[in-house]
Amino acid sequence: MPTTETEFLHEVAASEYKYGWETNVEADTIPKGLDEEVVRLISAKKEEPQWLLEWRLRAWRHWEKLAANPSEAYPRWPHLTYTEPDFRNITYYSSPSKKPRYESLDEVDPELLETFERLGIPLAEQEKLAGVAVDVVLDSVSVHTTFKEELAELGIIFCSFGDAVQEHPELVQKYMGSVVPYTDNFYAALNAAVFSDGSFCYIPKGVRCPMELSTYFRINQAGTGQFERTLIIAEEGSYVSYLEGCTAPMRDENQLHAAVVEIVAEANAEVKYSTIQNWYPGDNEGRGGVYNFVTKRGICKGDRAKISWTQLETGSAITWKYPSVILKGDGSVGEFYSVAFTKGQQQADTGTKMVHVGKNTKSTIISKGISGGRSNNSYRGLVKINKGAERARNFSQCDSMLLGDRCGAHTFPYIEIKNPSAQVEHEATTSKIGEDQLFYCFQRGIGEEAAIKLIVNGFCKEILAKLPMEFAVEAQKLLDIELEGSVG
Amino acid sequence: MALLQINNLHARIEEQNILKGVDLTVGAGEVHAIMGPNGSGKSTFAAVLAGREEFEVTEGGVLYEGGDLLDMEPDERALEGVFLAFQYPVELPGVSMNNFLRQALNQQREHRGEEPLSAGAFLKRMRECAALVSLDPQLMSRSVNDGFSGGEKKRNEIFQLAMLEPRLAILDETDSGLDIDALRIVADGVNALRRSDRSFVVITHYQRLLNYIVPDVVHVMADGRIVRSGDKSLALELEEKGYDWLREEAVAA
Repeated sequence: MPTTETEFLHEVAASEYKYGWETNVEADTIPKGLDEEVVRLISAKKEEPQWLLEWRLRAWRHWEKLAANPSEAYPRWPHLTYTEPDFRNITYYSSPSKKPRYESLDEVDPELLETFERLGIPLAEQEKLAGVAVDVVLDSVSVHTTFKEELAELGIIFCSFGDAVQEHPELVQKYMGSVVPYTDNFYAALNAAVFSDGSFCYIPKGVRCPMELSTYFRINQAGTGQFERTLIIAEEGSYVSYLEGCTAPMRDENQLHAAVVEIVAEANAEVKYSTIQNWYPGDNEGRGGVYNFVTKRGICKGDRAKISWTQLETGSAITWKYPSVILKGDGSVGEFYSVAFTKGQQQADTGTKMVHVGKNTKSTIISKGISGGRSNNSYRGLVKINKGAERARNFSQCDSMLLGDRCGAHTFPYIEIKNPSAQVEHEATTSKIGEDQLFYCFQRGIGEEAAIKLIVNGFCKEILAKLPMEFAVEAQKLLDIELEGSVG
Repeated sequence: MALLQINNLHARIEEQNILKGVDLTVGAGEVHAIMGPNGSGKSTFAAVLAGREEFEVTEGGVLYEGGDLLDMEPDERALEGVFLAFQYPVELPGVSMNNFLRQALNQQREHRGEEPLSAGAFLKRMRECAALVSLDPQLMSRSVNDGFSGGEKKRNEIFQLAMLEPRLAILDETDSGLDIDALRIVADGVNALRRSDRSFVVITHYQRLLNYIVPDVVHVMADGRIVRSGDKSLALELEEKGYDWLREEAVAA
């Protein structure tokens, strides 16, 4: 008799993380630990202006206060069980020490290039074939930016956060912290104090960005927390599609990742933000793995602005992430499309917040959770209709699929309505991957592993279809790899 | 050598015995009809042959092409040419018919040591097979059975049969829920697929399907056993007299 899918998933869970290696690039790392000196050191290393140093210090003081009273400040409400990171035992800054800027690919450390090749994202090919401008963030400092000039002709700024601070300080100063203030939460405060680098993107009025903008993140320095900061500003009537994809090498100790992403969309602007997250999830006993505590938020500032979040989350030991939209402008639109896959001992608590402020605002939430092994997968979402949000509409759909019988799927929807004209719909389903569905596949000669891939991919299809084309292919490949085991 | 030889097959689900000694021999190219009242074990019989796990075979054996069928995994049986047309075809949301059948067909070809079918050849074959059961080719881009009407689901089963070219096709009450026009389409499809090296086991509750698919042998199953076999006239006799007289015989025996 065939093995059950539970056994299959045990084998899947036992399969090794495919992107687990370490690049031996010489690095410039400051000592472990966090105090005011570290914050000053980071700022000095990056040659930052005084206003930014002061902002960091305010954030750091705020975080210190929070950290002193962890039972109040620390987010303990998620459906997650883990040991809180030791913030004094983390390295807060690391950058490849060999010449950090390159004029051409020839100057880039060959080993670094090989790393990207192994990830399946050869820069050189992407430049020529895909027409994708890639701002590669390896640990903390951007090492290569392509298509910058082409974009510059349109007035689009796409660069590292550090470069933006130097070259466009007025924009950074105006918008940084305007969507996610450092007082927002514990991790947002930490990020504001010690953020190393990230991406900056500015689309001028009426400009449609002609290519997908993408950033590949990678945690590479042992024990290095990564604190990215991304800021996207879409001026009136502009459009941009931004991609973020991540893989990380294997680690024994937990790695903390606390990123902040802020999006500002002015009237009639549209921002599409897509993520593939595939960080090291830890081994089968739950050792190691990335702790992913991310604050992502966008504001539809002007009328009829639109922000869409699409994510495929397969990695990390712990995921705590709620990409949100504040629908301030009248008629603005917020969307959240998510696939979260957990296996082994992974835990994910992810969802979104849609805050309706303006009139005739509309939000859509579609979340697909798939849990295998002994993992726990929670959807947590807030739909808030403020008093002035006349005729706001929301549709939410949360589907969970269980692979096996030792995993968990949970749904925590919160709905707050302060305007009687609101229309809010919520649908939720939980199903176990059907014995009937599997048998139907077997009977047509499709083996167990292929059948599970087929059914899971089908379950996620409507979300994966929201990703830009080349990303969708990568996403499906990634899901297949995640589902792979040693069956057959 | 018979294609399928079943000896004294017993099977149960949980503690309930359902098959209580089925004997049946099906030769290559033959069409056998299995009739019987509800609850006689017909669908269980089909499920056991296809390898459904919930049923435990407690006694007896099944030889398929001389090999032990019960020793094979369900997908292996399929790859070896055993096809089951489901009574209740299963929906696979998000899995397109195209993708599903391409995988099924290519697994089979790989099993036989053949190259995967080219996209063009696959599409051509799909169109031909769909035409056989008047299935709208548009359905190929839809999810498997998702939102299909009852009749479309049944025709889809015969379409897949045509695509996968099995040596043993088991039709589990394919006629149930079909109106007379749909029944005809399904039957015509099956008749077109009859070949000297392909055998059919047609499970049905009603005689009317057998007006269109004319069987070589008709068996009557009652209480987990085949209680009577005969030619197609047996089906007509059942139509007239019902099943009760046979059930009484079975109990008396």
